[in-house]
Amino acid sequence: MQQLINFLFRNKHVLLFLLLLIISIGFTVQNRSFHKSKFINSANFISGGIYQQATDVESYFSLKAENKKLLEENSRLRKLLVNTEIQEQNRKIVNRNNYKVYSAQVINNNYAKRNNFLTINKGTKDGIKEDLGVISSKGIVGIIRNTSNNYATVLSVLNSADSRINAQIKNSNHFATLVWDGVDPNILQLINLPKLANIKKGDTVETNAYSNIFPEGIPIGKIRDYNLSENNNYYEVDIELFNDMTNIKHVYIIENKNRDEIIALENKANE
Amino acid sequence: MNRDILKYGLQFIVVVLIQVLILNQIDFTSYNLDPYLYIIFILLFPVQVNRSLFIFLCFLLGLTIDMFSNSGGIHATSCLIIGFIRPVILKFSFGTSYEFHQLKITQSELGSRITYFTILIVIHHLLLFIQDYFSFTYIIRILLQTLYSSIFTLFLIVISSILLRKRAK
Repeated sequence: MQQLINFLFRNKHVLLFLLLLIISIGFTVQNRSFHKSKFINSANFISGGIYQQATDVESYFSLKAENKKLLEENSRLRKLLVNTEIQEQNRKIVNRNNYKVYSAQVINNNYAKRNNFLTINKGTKDGIKEDLGVISSKGIVGIIRNTSNNYATVLSVLNSADSRINAQIKNSNHFATLVWDGVDPNILQLINLPKLANIKKGDTVETNAYSNIFPEGIPIGKIRDYNLSENNNYYEVDIELFNDMTNIKHVYIIENKNRDEIIALENKANE
Repeated sequence: MNRDILKYGLQFIVVVLIQVLILNQIDFTSYNLDPYLYIIFILLFPVQVNRSLFIFLCFLLGLTIDMFSNSGGIHATSCLIIGFIRPVILKFSFGTSYEFHQLKITQSELGSRITYFTILIVIHHLLLFIQDYFSFTYIIRILLQTLYSSIFTLFLIVISSILLRKRAK
């Protein structure tokens, strides 16, 4: 017993080191393999608060550009609205009211690493939940990953380890998976697009509704380049994002009100 | 003792803020450069210190950076390992008797200081990028990024250590 205590005492640095090493590797593995890392993320009050303060100061410098962006979006939506009214006499518009939309400010944005996250200043207090879709005025941004009371982290589409988003070619029902290879923040990749899909450069890629996260038809980007994969059954496509992921200040969070119901139904079917 | 706690506590906060609010926000990665200036805290930490405390501080520093950058525990692991092997590298760069000479790193000879910085920076960056990519198919990219980023970090840290010494005089 005495020897054991002596041994522990002599090697206490090594033991502390090994203990902490196991803990930190545990955090890394947890962040990789399980969907949510519960403890170490920027949606807590310390890092969220610091990012919020920094954004408050910084946002004054980009007010003009942000205003312009919002005005452009407003005019685009206004145009859509005006044109809808004209057609309403001969076509019935069905308002499904399936989606809730929240707005938020981005308080931290990474795009330079391989696995990027954003932090936004809305949390569970404002009704934000995990797995909601996040878009900007131009296209998709990512999916909510962790939430705290006042903040949430967003798994960016620029996350080469985890981000897998369902996408489809506009005006066709062929769907594929959107991933990122970690090189250029403007270029994403579509994988598993069937060879049967008839695509050409410049085609628009948008979200499809299969994932129940995004509504159908949110723009993603346009096809920049494509070639057949080695076994010749699927296309490998490079997509140029509509969104400038390096410059995002305001985002919208979209909640599909029927998602829980759909998932419950699908789980039942799988049992 | 209390003054030391205040001093190093403040240093800790300042390096974390510089790293997450300035360096992490600038897009260097297009050029394969990722400066991690914050490990200057580990490199310049006094040599004569309780080793358990130092190891724990390294872990805490890495974990704080991880928290801000949503990266799991990759910074914590890398910092912990360089904190643990620091005495060996100190012995290698400054000679075996560094502990008796009351070595102050900011006032040491530039050549051995750079050796010491380089070894720890390269080890830290290599561990970091290996964990970040987590795949051997990217081995060339990991090595290149380690090389370029280490040079950049080394540059920043040497400049900072020179500036810090001038102020101390």
